[in-house]
Amino acid sequence: MRTTDVAITGIGVMAPGGAGRDAFWERIVSGRAATRRVSLFDPTGFRCQVAAEIDFDPAAHGLTPQEWRRMDRAAQFAAVAMDEALADSGLDLAGTDPGRVAVTVGNAVGCTTGLETEYRVLSDDGRQWSVDHNFAVPHLYNYLVPSSIASEVAWRSGAEGPASVVSSGCTSGIDALGYAAGLLAEGSADVVLAGSADAPISPITMACFDAIKATSTYNDDPEGACRPFDRDRRGLVLGEGAAMFVLENAEAARRRGAHVYARILGYASRANGFHMTGLRADGREMAEAITVALDQAELDPSGIDYVNAHGSGTKQNDRHETAAVKTSLGDRAFEVPMSSIKSMIGHSLGAIGSIEVAACALAIEHGVVPPTANLHERDAECDLDYVPLTAREQKISTALSVGSGFGGFQSAIVLAAPDKAAA
Amino acid sequence: MSGSQHRRSTDGRPGAVFTGIGVVAPNGTGTEDWWAATLAGKNGIDTVRSFDARSYPSRLAGEIREFDPGQHLSARIVVETSRMSHFALAATGMALEDAAVDLSRIPEYELGVITANASGGAEFGQRELQKLWRGGPRDVSPYMSIAWFYAATTGQISIGYGMRGPCGVMVSEQAGGLDALGQARRVVRDGTRLVVTGGSDSSLSPAGFVSQLPTGGLTAVTDPARAYLPFDTGASGFVPGEGGAILVLENAGTARDRGVDRPYGELVGYAATFDPRPGSGRPPTLTRCVRAALADARLAPEDVDVVFADGHGTAEMDRREARTLAEVFGPRAVPVTVPKTMTGRLYAGAGALDTAGALLALRDQVVPPTAHVRSPDAAHELDLVVDQPRETALRTAMVIARGYGGFNAVAVVRLTD
Amino acid sequence: MSALTLDELKTMLEEAAGVDESVDLDGAALDTPFSSLGYDSLAMLELAARIQNQLGVPIPDDHIELMTTPRAVLEYIDSHLPAGA
Repeated sequence: MRTTDVAITGIGVMAPGGAGRDAFWERIVSGRAATRRVSLFDPTGFRCQVAAEIDFDPAAHGLTPQEWRRMDRAAQFAAVAMDEALADSGLDLAGTDPGRVAVTVGNAVGCTTGLETEYRVLSDDGRQWSVDHNFAVPHLYNYLVPSSIASEVAWRSGAEGPASVVSSGCTSGIDALGYAAGLLAEGSADVVLAGSADAPISPITMACFDAIKATSTYNDDPEGACRPFDRDRRGLVLGEGAAMFVLENAEAARRRGAHVYARILGYASRANGFHMTGLRADGREMAEAITVALDQAELDPSGIDYVNAHGSGTKQNDRHETAAVKTSLGDRAFEVPMSSIKSMIGHSLGAIGSIEVAACALAIEHGVVPPTANLHERDAECDLDYVPLTAREQKISTALSVGSGFGGFQSAIVLAAPDKAAA
Repeated sequence: MSGSQHRRSTDGRPGAVFTGIGVVAPNGTGTEDWWAATLAGKNGIDTVRSFDARSYPSRLAGEIREFDPGQHLSARIVVETSRMSHFALAATGMALEDAAVDLSRIPEYELGVITANASGGAEFGQRELQKLWRGGPRDVSPYMSIAWFYAATTGQISIGYGMRGPCGVMVSEQAGGLDALGQARRVVRDGTRLVVTGGSDSSLSPAGFVSQLPTGGLTAVTDPARAYLPFDTGASGFVPGEGGAILVLENAGTARDRGVDRPYGELVGYAATFDPRPGSGRPPTLTRCVRAALADARLAPEDVDVVFADGHGTAEMDRREARTLAEVFGPRAVPVTVPKTMTGRLYAGAGALDTAGALLALRDQVVPPTAHVRSPDAAHELDLVVDQPRETALRTAMVIARGYGGFNAVAVVRLTD
Repeated sequence: MSALTLDELKTMLEEAAGVDESVDLDGAALDTPFSSLGYDSLAMLELAARIQNQLGVPIPDDHIELMTTPRAVLEYIDSHLPAGA
């Protein structure tokens, strides 16, 4: 018997280039990048001045003034995506024991936006080290502790089962789903509202990536700023957003006659134990994560129809990931389409893992492989099929999504079509 | 094959046992020093000294003083990590030494790291925010990108010891320390042999401290011995602290195979729940969480010999926890203690430190005291261990941790046969 | 005469990135590779940031990875020190 067989019965997405699941799908199959000059703050003086932002009106998405004042932007994205996923699932939580509903939200950099905004006031733009507590807003603590994102999702849905934030940097969005699958498998919950959210387009986070020269310097070509696997790539572009899912045991979803987008059949995480930001060129730990996830899914490499790449747009990642996929998939690596949607919607750190799983689930649903935008000339060391520029129609029964992040963490997750028979 | 000899719980899953403990706490650094201090009632709470808190309505904290990270860590690591990681990395060194394990004999993918953290590297973050807003983006250190975020500690432990198996980070405020243990046990059940787990926090920079004030939970009392008095008629709130504990959790079978005859204890039970939104009219869920942890451990309430309570120190939260304990165990039916009255609340470090205390209590057959509490509120109907340690037969201990925003987690540890 | 001496560079490096116990920084020569002293890419970025901020010597991104020894750093500083400094 499979240890992991989780049905995705609802999807909600907040991503740059169009809010909501349908707009997200349209965007990533269009091949048009949503990266642009930063508008959330004045990026003058920053090395990288480009990001993939969401044009977001919290009121239009049903958040009350008190809610959007209390919640950091990341929590707002999570709440809105959760609303969409829940509605999409057709699940009536009022008829479910709240204690059997869990919440797992991946997040990498917490409530950075809210924290930095309030820090500026408390410290008078850094003039005071001993900040003035008289300027502390009532909900300030929500910004210090990112667990507030899970609290908001749980309160909003009425969930009273296990709730937490999973925060393993840039693999958080995959790891949160792995954690949620574990809760379902061990019987700690019947439904998990799982996914991830991040809103890192703030001066401090942009400055962090400036400092390590990880972000793209194509400031004069914002839409072409993120070029994964391309000879001329110059680094990643930050994004923001959330994806939330309604997850249920596959058998339970079938019993209630739910629409199932896809099933999660395997998940694994490994660490490179090497460097906080550096990657060894051989990609062995990512390859190991992929192999273990495939084993769990009882799939051979030949059974994988689509690979959603980490594809952040850094030279280091492109080589690492290409090597990892070759090691783990063998000959299949050269045949299977593998694309990076970060080329269009940027790298939203802890959020992107779940957003990319949403892309995989929708790719399975629609039978379309989203492309890698801005890929005009493949790097010589990147010799796989990265689906440049244009989406492809193709039946997709299984998909693999991978992530790689600071701390050396490497994660892999395997999805299959709802009707995919057990191997 | 050695697998058949591996001790398994009744449902066939491998047991998970604690084989190493490392502690960095306000009232003691090093497991045995801290434990002796805890039994002696030594207070780690004092007026804040690392920054000027005189203008703030709360001025106390459980600060860790006389801790030189350079004595425990390479200078190269010290500069690129924040205080929360210094504590955890030092405690990891102690815990692995205590476990007397040769990591090179365990396959690298069967070594995991699962830690908890609530608020990131607050002091490191404030320093770099100040540099950004005073000087501009070019003044921000490259180390900011790896030092302040919640996963920094797990990453550095993984790198420091070449642990390449499942790694993770739990963030659920003060419940996180126990959520990390729960996840570590899952990882062990799924085939990882050894997991470095636990939690640490340090939010004691001016901005980190001030961010905690609006919750209204921090006490305004300025006498360090009268400030944090959970379940006392004089309860006035709590004191924040820094530090935590790191524990080594292993597959019981492979631990025995490598010669561990007497682990500290087994993690036999764990559960987590979330409280409904305040004002929803629905009851809080701690009682259900305690019962679920007992069910998970396949134990009855009368099997529990001591409870390390969360002990929030505010009236309503104390009342809720006391009601749960009286409901599940019966009035005054089980010894209850809150040694965190000597450290303050350590957030993600708390559940791990209380678990360390519970394991040492099982080892020494003694319950550490709830220091400073002199007048337990009779209405709580608790058998609160106050004043002096209590020597008593102990086999099973429960640890409770609650996180701001509604998180509840409960762990049950038990001496192995 | 260099704008920065080897000893001054070592002090700057120690402040920027610390010194590993196993490393004899005092004994390091002009041509000792930074990598053999235990310094990684982040340490070099931190050093480069300090040189830019304290000495006013801008270092292009792609030049940082070329500065693999103290000699390379000192020579770069000498040839790029702003006029009048």
